[in-house]
Amino acid sequence: MLLRVLAALPFIGILLGVPFVNRVEPLVLGMPFVLAWIVMWVVLSSIIMAIIYRLDPSNRQLATDAEEVRS
Amino acid sequence: MSALVIIAAITLFALYLGVRARRGHDMSLEQWTVGGRSFGTAFVFLLMAGEIYTTFTFLGGSGFAYGKGAPVYYILAYGTLAYILSYWMLPPIWRYAKNHHLVSQPHFFSRKYDSPALGTLVALVGVAALIPYLVLQLKGLGIIVATASYGAISSTAAIWIGAAVVTSYVTISGVRGSAWNSVVKDTLILAIVLFLGIYLPLHYYGGFGEMFHAIDAARPGFLTFPAKGSSVTWFQSTVLLTALGFFMWPHTFGSIFTAKDERIFRRNAMVLPLYQLILLFVFFVGFAATLKVPGLKGGDIDLSLFRLSLQTFDPWFVGVIGAAGILTALVPGSMILTSASTLLANDVYRGMVSRKASDATVAKLARFLVPVVALVAVGFTLHGGETIVALLLMGYSFVTQLFPAVICSLLPHNRATKYGAFCGILAGVAVVTLTTTMHLSIGQLMPFLPDALKDVNIGFLALAVNVIVFAVVSAVTQPRSVEQTHAPVH
Repeated sequence: MLLRVLAALPFIGILLGVPFVNRVEPLVLGMPFVLAWIVMWVVLSSIIMAIIYRLDPSNRQLATDAEEVRS
Repeated sequence: MSALVIIAAITLFALYLGVRARRGHDMSLEQWTVGGRSFGTAFVFLLMAGEIYTTFTFLGGSGFAYGKGAPVYYILAYGTLAYILSYWMLPPIWRYAKNHHLVSQPHFFSRKYDSPALGTLVALVGVAALIPYLVLQLKGLGIIVATASYGAISSTAAIWIGAAVVTSYVTISGVRGSAWNSVVKDTLILAIVLFLGIYLPLHYYGGFGEMFHAIDAARPGFLTFPAKGSSVTWFQSTVLLTALGFFMWPHTFGSIFTAKDERIFRRNAMVLPLYQLILLFVFFVGFAATLKVPGLKGGDIDLSLFRLSLQTFDPWFVGVIGAAGILTALVPGSMILTSASTLLANDVYRGMVSRKASDATVAKLARFLVPVVALVAVGFTLHGGETIVALLLMGYSFVTQLFPAVICSLLPHNRATKYGAFCGILAGVAVVTLTTTMHLSIGQLMPFLPDALKDVNIGFLALAVNVIVFAVVSAVTQPRSVEQTHAPVH
């Protein structure tokens, strides 16, 4: 559950956040503010996915896990 | 002259690498279509990233920034969200495909819903979306070669040569050829885009901040989403819709099957968003061009990257950029070609015409179809009129219609029926066709909505109709007994 909540953050940041940051100034790293906002979320997405990868128990077992053939 | 030599060398090298990729593998159906499900993290990564770096992003991304400004930001956002979804969505798809020896996306549908008819429908929708996409790659290729060779090779000649190269290595090596070439493509494009995206703003403006200040002063409002049209609402709805459709492209879906284990997808989900940031530098090139090579209109905005490069660099370097551009057309083009041929052979031919066809027959037919599909695409590229443009606009919306049926089929207790999936997809595709050909928007259809909602991407209407039809028909056609729900397996 925690993992899904974490994964929802970029959706919220990008989809719901953009209306509030739709401006040019102040420039961040030389980029218009709204572009910098999106870039920040792209970077955060990678970080969040790395955290999820670490926490997710399914990555600890072997790749050929015990998932059975259906039907 | 030097530009021409470099372009020719890279094209030959791509051909050599594509053909050589076959070495050591007998090309059975499973080898040819999905590389024997043996690809590791790097290849799967590149095949999936290959989707983002096509001619569309190279020329179109910079052109979009040049011509439209802020709306281009959406390209950066949708892939990121799609990769997050991929963490949970791709492993079960891969597992099912491996257990059932699936070789294509329609194959997945026909097995999951136990309906070859559904598989055929999905294949036809896929081909209708793929061919225009291939045409787009070939068109881009023509533009790139004609420009970078300073007119020495005509666009028509380039399209024929490009199509011949792709056809040869796809027929011989299938998806392995694409995988090897994507290594070269991504290395080259990475280096070039980073260089151009940093050098051009520094050279012409003295820095990124200076460049954006200059653009903002010259064209106020260009760097933010406008109040109407490509507004914030447009951005939100388009990003969400495209993120859902991202993995529904038949060639992207097919590249899921090439992986050798499922952890690859979870690992890639952390790196792919970062890798997308290269697109940022493509945007910078387009933005740098807005004030330096102004005046390009209509379809010509896609030339902005090359116009600025021609004005800035020596011919040999323009040749290197051109060579990278060619690879951005060849690699996705080869994946599309493999995919379209597999769809026709495996899912239309075996699904509808001859159910008993063996894997060997299907493999032979798929490879025979490669030149046929390529010829059709070249024909459309050289003589295509309005139809192909309309199909292209519809492509993404078409494949997005497959999303509900895929998601339902992954649920532990799938209540959706094959009739529901079939009717839902058909209804969605019909709405897409209707709204695209009549150029309708949500604002026109529902003028009573508040202004902000009028810019919602029309694709949502099709998806909504699809989901409603899907749910209603599934509810009506629920199987009576448990036995009927169990699909026969061979």
